Parts: sequence; structure tokens; C-alpha cells
Amino acid sequence: MNKSIADTAKDHCDDEVVTPESSASATSSMHQELIIEGAGCASCVGKIEAALKQVSGVNQAEMNFAQRTVSITGDANVADLIKAVEKAGYNAKSHSAETEEDALDEKEKADQAYYKRLMKETWIALALGVPLMAYALITGEMNVNTTGEQVVWGIVGILTLGVLIVSGKHFFVGAWKSFLNHSANMDTLIALGTGTAWLYSMVVVFFPSSVPQEARHVYFEATAIIIGLIDLGLALELKARGRTSEAIKRLIGLQPKTARVVRDDKEMDIAIDQVLLNDVVRVRPGEKIPVDGEVIEGHTAIDESMLTGEPMPVEKAVGDTLAAGTINKTGSILFKATRVGKDTALAQIINMVKRAQNSKPPIGRLADVISAYFVPVVMIIAVSSALIWLNFGPDPVVAYAIVSATTVLIIACPCALGLATPMSVMVGVGKAAEAGVLIRNGAALQTASKISAMILDKTGTITLGAPKVTDVLIAGEYDEQTVLQLAATLESGSEHPLAMAIVESAQERGIETGKVSNFNAIAGHGVQAEVDGKTLLFGNEKLMRERGIDLGAFVQKAQALAADAKTPMYFAIDNTFAAIIAVADPIKEDSIAAIKRLQHSGIRVVMLTGDNRDTAKAVANKAGITEFFAEVLPEEKSKKVQELQMQGEVVGMTGDGINDAPALAIANVGFAIGTGTDVAIESADITLMRGSLHGLADAIAVSKATLRNIKQNLFGAFIYNVAGVPFAAGVLYPFFGLLLNPVIAGAAMAFSSLTVVTNANRLRLFKAQEH
Amino acid sequence: MLFINIAGVVLIGLIVWWFWLYKPKEAELGEDDLVILVENGTYHPSRIKLPSGKPVEIKFMRKDQSPCSEALLIPDLQISDTLPLNKLKTIQLPALSTGEYAFHCQMQMYRGQITVE
Repeated sequence: MNKSIADTAKDHCDDEVVTPESSASATSSMHQELIIEGAGCASCVGKIEAALKQVSGVNQAEMNFAQRTVSITGDANVADLIKAVEKAGYNAKSHSAETEEDALDEKEKADQAYYKRLMKETWIALALGVPLMAYALITGEMNVNTTGEQVVWGIVGILTLGVLIVSGKHFFVGAWKSFLNHSANMDTLIALGTGTAWLYSMVVVFFPSSVPQEARHVYFEATAIIIGLIDLGLALELKARGRTSEAIKRLIGLQPKTARVVRDDKEMDIAIDQVLLNDVVRVRPGEKIPVDGEVIEGHTAIDESMLTGEPMPVEKAVGDTLAAGTINKTGSILFKATRVGKDTALAQIINMVKRAQNSKPPIGRLADVISAYFVPVVMIIAVSSALIWLNFGPDPVVAYAIVSATTVLIIACPCALGLATPMSVMVGVGKAAEAGVLIRNGAALQTASKISAMILDKTGTITLGAPKVTDVLIAGEYDEQTVLQLAATLESGSEHPLAMAIVESAQERGIETGKVSNFNAIAGHGVQAEVDGKTLLFGNEKLMRERGIDLGAFVQKAQALAADAKTPMYFAIDNTFAAIIAVADPIKEDSIAAIKRLQHSGIRVVMLTGDNRDTAKAVANKAGITEFFAEVLPEEKSKKVQELQMQGEVVGMTGDGINDAPALAIANVGFAIGTGTDVAIESADITLMRGSLHGLADAIAVSKATLRNIKQNLFGAFIYNVAGVPFAAGVLYPFFGLLLNPVIAGAAMAFSSLTVVTNANRLRLFKAQEH
Repeated sequence: MLFINIAGVVLIGLIVWWFWLYKPKEAELGEDDLVILVENGTYHPSRIKLPSGKPVEIKFMRKDQSPCSEALLIPDLQISDTLPLNKLKTIQLPALSTGEYAFHCQMQMYRGQITVE
């Protein structure tokens, strides 16, 4: 189920195929490259190449079908080339023409134009509807009884038709097209509602005798106002929707447009998509890092807060990695590009956030099922309601039947229901990303809000994960120097954090390591190897006892070290106990506060570690955790997760190491603690971009807030429709004589979906508790 | 009155038949490029037939300005993507086993179905 972000990015691939090699070729004026869209068969290749060769100035045109790109040599104008491809029936664009930001700008422009159109349509409709409504309210006269009235209302009817065509055309075309497609949507309801009202009114105008005298009422004002209000609702909704995607806009905006690369000993500014792998890039203080890379010269502090939420700048020196979009604060550096284009951490984050924003948590499923049947059901209710009025209603039955059917069609709003979940997810996932929390999908978001128990891996999660040697207790004939030298040699091949601590400690003391042979890792217990002809054994008490090595009084000393949150390890040379080396891994500064936050929100926090009981207990005590699993072998981690699940807990598992992967996968929600911006390795449901456990509390808080918001929206949308539709059908009429005016139904419908979007936007104000 | 009542019931029957019972013909992914047009509140064609067992690409062209039509979801395949306006967007589908897969916009007002045989 879990995929790496890189995989996700691949799944997400679209027509744009950007390779560094091909980007470079686009720089030459004699050589151009186009991205072709719409070429799905091999036979298109010939057609496109032929079309391009017709363009004057083209010497050669060769299409790469797999990449959907075509390279052209010659001095032809790009616009002409694109036109030629379009004429042949395909789409084309210049290879370097489009970045995420351009696409976003384009979308904003299109939205802006659509907004203007909707507002224009609104004004046109209201310009007719409002005066008519005022007339109706003042005079109470909308009946057709005389020939004069027939003429006047006939003219108004034709004007209303104009409104329907100018302001409401999109509803009618949409309704008709979806009807042909055997589907029905909001357009269907609006077109049917307003169409019925207008048609009935026209029948009254032209054939008044066909309806009873008391039913000769026209509804032109309702038709025009409903169209106007719904257009207004759509326009305002469009504006509000724009705000829901602010987070992704901010992320996209982080990407600089140019980079200063050093090629042939010359520094030059080039477009970001022209940067190649292994290019050397210069970044000065105050500038943004253009692509991912590794520092090769200089040192500086980098502000990574925009990606990780970590406010403190991070020191970077030669060999350290850099992420695109972060800001260089202090020094001028040179770095080598290691990931460019769509492979950078930033691009992957953007992709992941976009994808998660479109996904739906299971809570939205019921609304989905209802939406699927909604419109035809409303149509059936409208017909039934008209029939009931016709059979049992008071006079004028025809007018009542028409009003109730129209109002039912107009008030029903599938949009509010359909928008309830996605709008909140969009804002919630974006909000989380701003805090450095990457949520994989809607399901993870929903489950995270329900977590009742959180398992925290000790090393690297609660602690810094960078242990240091604190004590060396000598037991036998070998001195501290020799013990450290042998131990460091033994551990030099291991990547275990405790092993690295010993190697580092030896290096700090200027001790050189030797050669190791017959290295053997005994999972969960320790290691064994031969160094300088000596058999070395390094590990826990269990390992020593199994080998029959006498530890004497050192067991108590080890316990004392462990009680002080240190990890004591026994070291034996040629099957004789030689020393205890104790290593301690300091607790991260803010772990204690973050754990308290989790506990305050009612979550059972459990620590899990491979360390011995005493060390585990000491660390747990310090961190404020009462429950812990100690001496857990890597393969047992997932069992511990299951144990808690068997107790009925919704379990979150937080870890950083590769050996946590099975446990992360089996947990209800797996949280990976990212090491800064190097997120590509992560494969969890939720990735915390910074090392702090506050990210965990933030993730859960955002999830809870989002779910609450979704529930409010769904509840509102359900109640609105469940109460609104029967009211419109006239269920209150027999008891209170109340029947809803179609104009009010139109206003309610227009603003119901706007309310949902606005409520979702409230989530933007969400702030994780102060740390 | 009887006539009106019968007409009403027939109308309800027609709604049920037209929107739920009738299954329109499926478009097939053939030699010619299949592009699903997103316009006027619908996908066209909305029902497509695909071969099983091999990865395929389907293409979408969105001409509809409504923001609803922007998102494309294929929940069974865990695909969610954004369709740019007036631009072709290719969606890559993995090798599928036989069955029916629904695709729709966020609000399910635009609906389509992929039948894999």
C-alpha cells in the first residue's frame, strides 16, 4: 500500500516528458524541441513529422514517440511549428515553455475570466429580475387577465427568454448534453426548474384560457432571479475555491525561475529547467537553492522552514545535501546538482500534496453514493409533488403544482453535498504541508484523527539518534585505548547508530581502526568478528551469557548505567569479558513537550526500543512516558503494533529507520520522521519533514480539525437537502399554510455550496498549538 | 385527471429507465486515439471499454470552465489528478483485471465508467 514519493511521482506522470538531456538541446537556436500531446498511435508520428517538414525553415523533424517529443533542426519560428502540429490535429508546446507556476498563472487567468463572465451574467439576470420582483411585491399583480396584460407580459416573457439564453445558456446546454449522456447534474435541476417556470408562464400569457383563472400567474421574476442568484453563487464559490489552494500555490512559488551554473569555468544564469544533473551551481546569500544538490564548496546556514516547518536555520558544509526552494542565509556556496526538474524534493512534495488534496477520505463515501442518485431522485420527487398537489391540493392546483415542482428542483443542491468533503481535505492537507507534515491521502487523514495509541520508536524519534560514548569501564587486562581501538575496528563496518558512536569516539581520540574479518551480526544481540587474530564479541548481557562469559559484578554497574538512560554494552576479547562501553543518546530538546501534547489530547503514548529494560525505563521516565516495550527485536516491532491493535486501539507508529518499515505499514497510520528535506526515502502514510515530534501532534491536530470541518459540512449539506426538499414540496402547507417561494429556494441553493466552501476556508485559520 | 396521473407515473418510469437502467454503448480504445472530452457537465464518451491485462493510457481534454470538472478521480485505482483547461492530459492506467471502474469529478456530477474485458 505504501509507495515512495518517487513512485508516486512516477504514477503521476503526464504528457510532459522532461529529461535533462533534451532540455539542453533546446538551448540551441538551430535545434528546437516540442512536446506533443494527443499522439496516441505510432501512425501519428509520420503525420506530425510530415506536417513539421512543411514549415519553411525546417530541415529535419524527428519524433520520439515514447517521450512524445519532437526535435526539429532548422531556423523555423516556434509559433509556426506549433501551428503546423495543431493543424495536423495534435497539440504542441515548446519544451521549456511551461512550468508549474506558468500553469498556475494560466489557471488563475482562466478562473478570472470565468468569474467575470459569471458576474456579467448575474447582473444581466438581476437587472431584469429585481425590478420585476419589486413590482410583484409592491402591486401583488402578476396575473394575466386582459389582452393588454397579455402583450406586456409577453414582452417580459421574451426578455426573460433573453436572460435564459444569455445568463443561463450554460445550464441548459449542460443539462441537455448530460441528458443525452444518460446522466443528470446540477444543470439539469436548474434548467428544469427555471425552464418549467418560464414555460408555464408563457402558456399563461399566450393561452390564458387553458389554465383556470386563479392560476393565471406568471413567474418571470423567479426565473430571472434564480438564474442570477445561481450565477452569483457560482462566481463567489469560484473565488472561495481559489483560496483553498493557497498552500499549493505557496509551495509552487518556492521554486526559483533561474539558476547560476558554472559551465566551462564561466558562471551563467540559465532557466531552471535547463539545469542538468551534476551541474555545479553557485548560490549567494539571500538567494534560493534552485535544485537539489550536495555542497562542494563553502559553508552556510540554510532556512528550510518553508519545507520542514523547522524555524531554525540549518548549518550546511561540504558534503551536506540541499533542497530546492530553501533559502541560503549566510555564505556563498557551490553545489553539485543531484536531483533536477520533477525529481527534486520540492517537486515531489508538490506532487504528493496535490494528489492528496484530490483524494477522498472514507467519510465522504456516503455523500458520494447519495450524489450518484441525487438528481434523478429529486426529479422524481418533483414530479410526485406536482401530482400530489394536482390531486389533493387547494385551488389553483395547477399553480401550486408548478410552484412546488419548480421549487423542489431549484432548492435541491447536490453541490453542497459533493463539495463538503473535498473542499475541507484540500485546505487541511495544504495546511498540514505548511507545517511540514505530508499526508499521503484522505484515508490517512481520516485515520490520523482517530488515533488512540501512538508508538514511538526510541532511537532517532524520541532521541537525537546520534549516540555518544559516555563511559568505558575496564574489567580485564586491556586498557581503555586498546578496548576502544578494537571495539571501533569491530564496529567500523556497521551502520548501527550505537556502532557509529563508538567509531566516532575513537576517531575523536585519534585512535586508528584496523582490519576486521569474519564479521557476523547477531540480530538483536550484538556482533562478532576477528581483529588482529583476536575473537571479539560485542553486545548485550544475553549474548555474553549464551557464550558462557562471566560478567562478575559488572552486571550491577551496567544496571546503574542503564538507570541513567545510558546503553551499556559488554565487550569480550577471546571469550573473556574485557569492558563495558556505555553509550547515551540524548533526548531531543522538544520531545518531552511534544509527548505531553499527545498525552493531553488523550493519546496513549508507548515507547518501543531494542535497548535493555533499564535504559528504556530511564529514557521513558525522562520523556514522561509510562508505558514502554524494551528489548524488542526489529522483526518484533510490527507484532507490538498488532498487540495494541488487538486491545482495540487505533495505532499510530512513528519511526525513522528502515527496520521500522513493516511496523509503519501494519500500523493504522505510519508516521515517518524525515531527515530534513530528504523525503524521497519515506514510505509512510504521513511524513514529518522535520525531526521534531511536535510534527506528530500537529499532524493529529490538523487531521482532527479537518475531520471536524468535513463533518460540519456534511451535516449542513444533508440537513439542508433533507429539510429543504420536503419544505419546497409543500409538506408544511397542510399544517401551517406555508409554501416556499421559488426565488428563496434559488437563493438558498446558490448560497448552500458557497457556505460549504467558506466553512472549509475557515480551516485556513487553523493553528497548531504553540510549542 | 386520470390522464395526468398516468402521464406523471410514466414520466417517473422514464426517469428511472433513462438515468439508471439504460446502458449506453461503450467507446473502445482502438487504433485511433481516444480522447475523453470534458465539456458541458459531461465526459464524452462517458463509457469506455479497455482491454484487460495491459497498461493503457487514456486522455482527457477539458473544455469546461467549471472548477468542478478540474479534478478527475478513479477511486478503485487510487488515481486522482487535475485536468488542465483546454489541454490534453494523459492518465496512465496500470494493467487492469476485468471489471468496471468508475471515474468522476470530485462531486460525482461528471461520471463515467471504464469497462475492462
